[in-house]
Amino acid sequence: MKAAIVIFPGTNRERDMALALRRVTGQAPRMIWHHETDLDGVDLVVLPGGFSYGDYLRCGAMAAHSPIMGAVRDFAASGGHILGVCNGFQILTESNLLPGALLRNADLRFLSQDCHLRVEVEGTPFTRRWKKGDIFRTPLAHGDGNYTADATTLAMLEGEGRVAFRYADAKGHVHADDRASNPNGSVNSIAGILSENKRICGMMPHPEDLVDPLMGGEDGLPLFEGLVEALVR
Amino acid sequence: MNKPVTVDESLAREFGLTGEEYGRVLSIMGRTPSLTELGVFSVMWSEHCSYKSSRKWLRGLPTKAPWVIHGPGENAGVVDIGQGYAAIFKMESHNHPSFIEPYQGAATGVGGILRDVFTMGARPVANLNALRFGSPENPVTRRIVDGVVRGIGGYGNCVGVPTVGGEINFHPAYDGNPLVNAMTVGIARQDRIFLSAAAGVGNPVVYVGSRTGRDGIHGATMSSAEFDEDALSKRPTVQVGDPFIEKLLIEACLELMATDAIVAIQDMGAAGLTSSAVEMAGKGGVGIELDLDAVPQREPNMTAYEMMLSESQERMLMVLRPDRTELARKIFEKWELDFAIIGHLTESGHIVIRHKGQLEADIPLEPLADEAPVYDRPSIAPAKPAALGAVHAPLSLDAMLLQLVGSPDLASRAWVWNQYDSTVGGQTVRRPGAADAAIIKVDDTRIGLALTTDCTPRYCQADPRTGGAQAVAEAWRNITATGALPLAVTDNLNFGNPEKPEIMGQFIAALEGMGEACKVLDFPIVSGNVSLYNETRMPDGTTQAILPTPAIGGLGVLDDVSCAIGLGMQADKDVVLIGTTRGELGQSIWLREILGREEGAPPTVDLAAEKRNGDFVRTEIRAGRVTACHDIADGGILVAAAEMVMASGTGCELESPDSGIRPEAFWFGEDQARYLVCVDDAKAFCASATQAGVPARLIGRSGGNDLILPSGVTISSARLQFAHETFFPALMDK
Repeated sequence: MKAAIVIFPGTNRERDMALALRRVTGQAPRMIWHHETDLDGVDLVVLPGGFSYGDYLRCGAMAAHSPIMGAVRDFAASGGHILGVCNGFQILTESNLLPGALLRNADLRFLSQDCHLRVEVEGTPFTRRWKKGDIFRTPLAHGDGNYTADATTLAMLEGEGRVAFRYADAKGHVHADDRASNPNGSVNSIAGILSENKRICGMMPHPEDLVDPLMGGEDGLPLFEGLVEALVR
Repeated sequence: MNKPVTVDESLAREFGLTGEEYGRVLSIMGRTPSLTELGVFSVMWSEHCSYKSSRKWLRGLPTKAPWVIHGPGENAGVVDIGQGYAAIFKMESHNHPSFIEPYQGAATGVGGILRDVFTMGARPVANLNALRFGSPENPVTRRIVDGVVRGIGGYGNCVGVPTVGGEINFHPAYDGNPLVNAMTVGIARQDRIFLSAAAGVGNPVVYVGSRTGRDGIHGATMSSAEFDEDALSKRPTVQVGDPFIEKLLIEACLELMATDAIVAIQDMGAAGLTSSAVEMAGKGGVGIELDLDAVPQREPNMTAYEMMLSESQERMLMVLRPDRTELARKIFEKWELDFAIIGHLTESGHIVIRHKGQLEADIPLEPLADEAPVYDRPSIAPAKPAALGAVHAPLSLDAMLLQLVGSPDLASRAWVWNQYDSTVGGQTVRRPGAADAAIIKVDDTRIGLALTTDCTPRYCQADPRTGGAQAVAEAWRNITATGALPLAVTDNLNFGNPEKPEIMGQFIAALEGMGEACKVLDFPIVSGNVSLYNETRMPDGTTQAILPTPAIGGLGVLDDVSCAIGLGMQADKDVVLIGTTRGELGQSIWLREILGREEGAPPTVDLAAEKRNGDFVRTEIRAGRVTACHDIADGGILVAAAEMVMASGTGCELESPDSGIRPEAFWFGEDQARYLVCVDDAKAFCASATQAGVPARLIGRSGGNDLILPSGVTISSARLQFAHETFFPALMDK
């Protein structure tokens, strides 16, 4: 699997993501500056976390207009696989590659903590190493992770099995109104969603920061191992 | 804006110079200085930049060791951490701005200390802080805590440097003068360290980063005076930070530092362009000529005076090799940052400033530095505190424990930590609260860094010498408790008005205590910052000084980070107490929180015992014979045990001490040089301790989910947790 990580001005979790990808592929991913437009030979494009353009307009809104995003859109249209984490998820919604939007956290404060995610759909390139209903721990760190979408979009996502991950408590129970298990207040406790073809995934938490027992666990590793399995050529 | 002003002694006083200091300016210049020149002198000779009250005493601190690469005098301290790597670190205060405008004050404090570290070639890998706020009952406190925490998070989270540790105290002495001390740690290759001494006559002087605006003019002077009731009207002297620009600046500078373009580099911190230009040229023994027309400006019609004194954030000054200027320009253009050649080095030995064809300043650098005032201010040695008389526990042990773990200084800081990104970078081995010191892995190696900030101001107030030594000892102990070897210290000396003999006496005594501890513990001070005049003038004319607060930032190293241990209680272990317990309750948290008294002498600091006990603990951790370790500090043994239980959820049954000491003194006394450890075999462990001359005794057995007191009273870890976690949300979210 040839992975590429896109770097925008203000991106700051590209090194975390590179460590995670190197761990599963054994090779350093390509780092792509946002002015570039060439994605030839790439199997997976990753939009990592950070504060692209300082998040000064809306999170991800400026990055969505970067030169590289034209190439990313073409890549998506040709069936390419894309993972957007945190700011990357925000960029994907701002680019209309995924539906919905990410608002300020419900209590209006930046949140940095571990959360538990329940896997909602199995067999996708992003979730194939889990079974539906599996629970895994992952750090999150964001100020704007409160996922929202209109009722029609929500019904579509739920109906088409496009909710990839939901915030849950450690036992896997989902309570959308409970800040302890749904810390940012996302609608239906949605933490990650998929595109119609299930090849684009956006999620707020950071599985890339929990791929090494030294850092407290490997709970995030199956996501990356699954991608390697799905995209190996 | 440009109305003519008369430069005279009265204007000099407005700028913070004394009459005598102004006389010295006149004799150096041989004429009346221009407004810009007076501005340069006043900021360079401010307490903040010149350390005029503290310098004499700072010279006495131990700063050398074989592993110290650069001590005080550079932008930050540099130590050898092995395998060709260096850790570069420093702590700096942003106290005054944080009271006036808490969010921006704290945010720019983080930004400033980051620049001190990456200007030396290091990628910043961790931020810490040491915060002191006023009484929780004071309605202003909540607003300041909120702003400071948001500011630290807002800046650190955006630049992508994890905030991994810190400490917070509350005390009414900080009501009008909170302390915000920010620390940054960075990593560089030892052969890629950049210094600030300019060299090479003719070499271009290059300005990069944000444009210069009118913000923060005379900020350094403001930080060198007491607060009065007009403090809040000084808001325009507080700078505004832009962490996004800082992030770009970090990446652009590190990219340039991978080339051979840079001769010297320094950030524009306090006193902005003035101090960076003066210090770079001064250190290099060269002259510097600046053309202010070339300075990137945010606002029209800025004067030379304003540009030289602006403290606009996120700016750096560099001296480049002339043949690499275009290469450098391309890098900064890529990162969409301003890049301007604003001058060159000369052999004149003067700083010469031109603007719009006018000569605005021409000052000889040598006397500007060498004739800067140094004061040996009068001091009164602090009186030894009276010993604490007999005290008695008014409540049961369990009731007192629950009250203590929920008290402002001991309550869970999760509400704060959860607003700081502690994992970005992917190298955080122990997050806040998981161990006595935060642990960060050095990328591409097995090396770990152990990082902590410590100070117990109430001890320093009662006995500055003991308090100074204790602050160093506690930092050393916290690093030791993870298994790391303590290497070096950065300090942030926060005190009141040095022109008062009793404050100067506190300062001198605290430094003596610190110096002695650093010497005995082999823990040199490699960088630091002094913040004086932390006092508030009340409307009735009296002043309130802060508690003397010499905050210590400690750094230790682990050759193999996987050997690091945390403080969470491990199941089915013997719990052993290390160190001597006399039951010292003077100035203890117990005395203050349970009896409402701040009295007595702080606990004895026995540095030889500290070293012996700590070296033993570290050796045992590294041999794999200790599975959890927690230093015993505020609240004594019982609070330490409760913290270990809360950290993991695993309980512990404690034994009756049978020590001849009253129970409250045994369990809550704050005797120093002690640790609680989890081991498999207490008997063998205590035998080797005895052999090393280290007091050790079995004190309990871990297991289950409850903390069981010797009386048989059982407190579930959930109940402890509830008591522990109520304070901050109740204070902040009400």
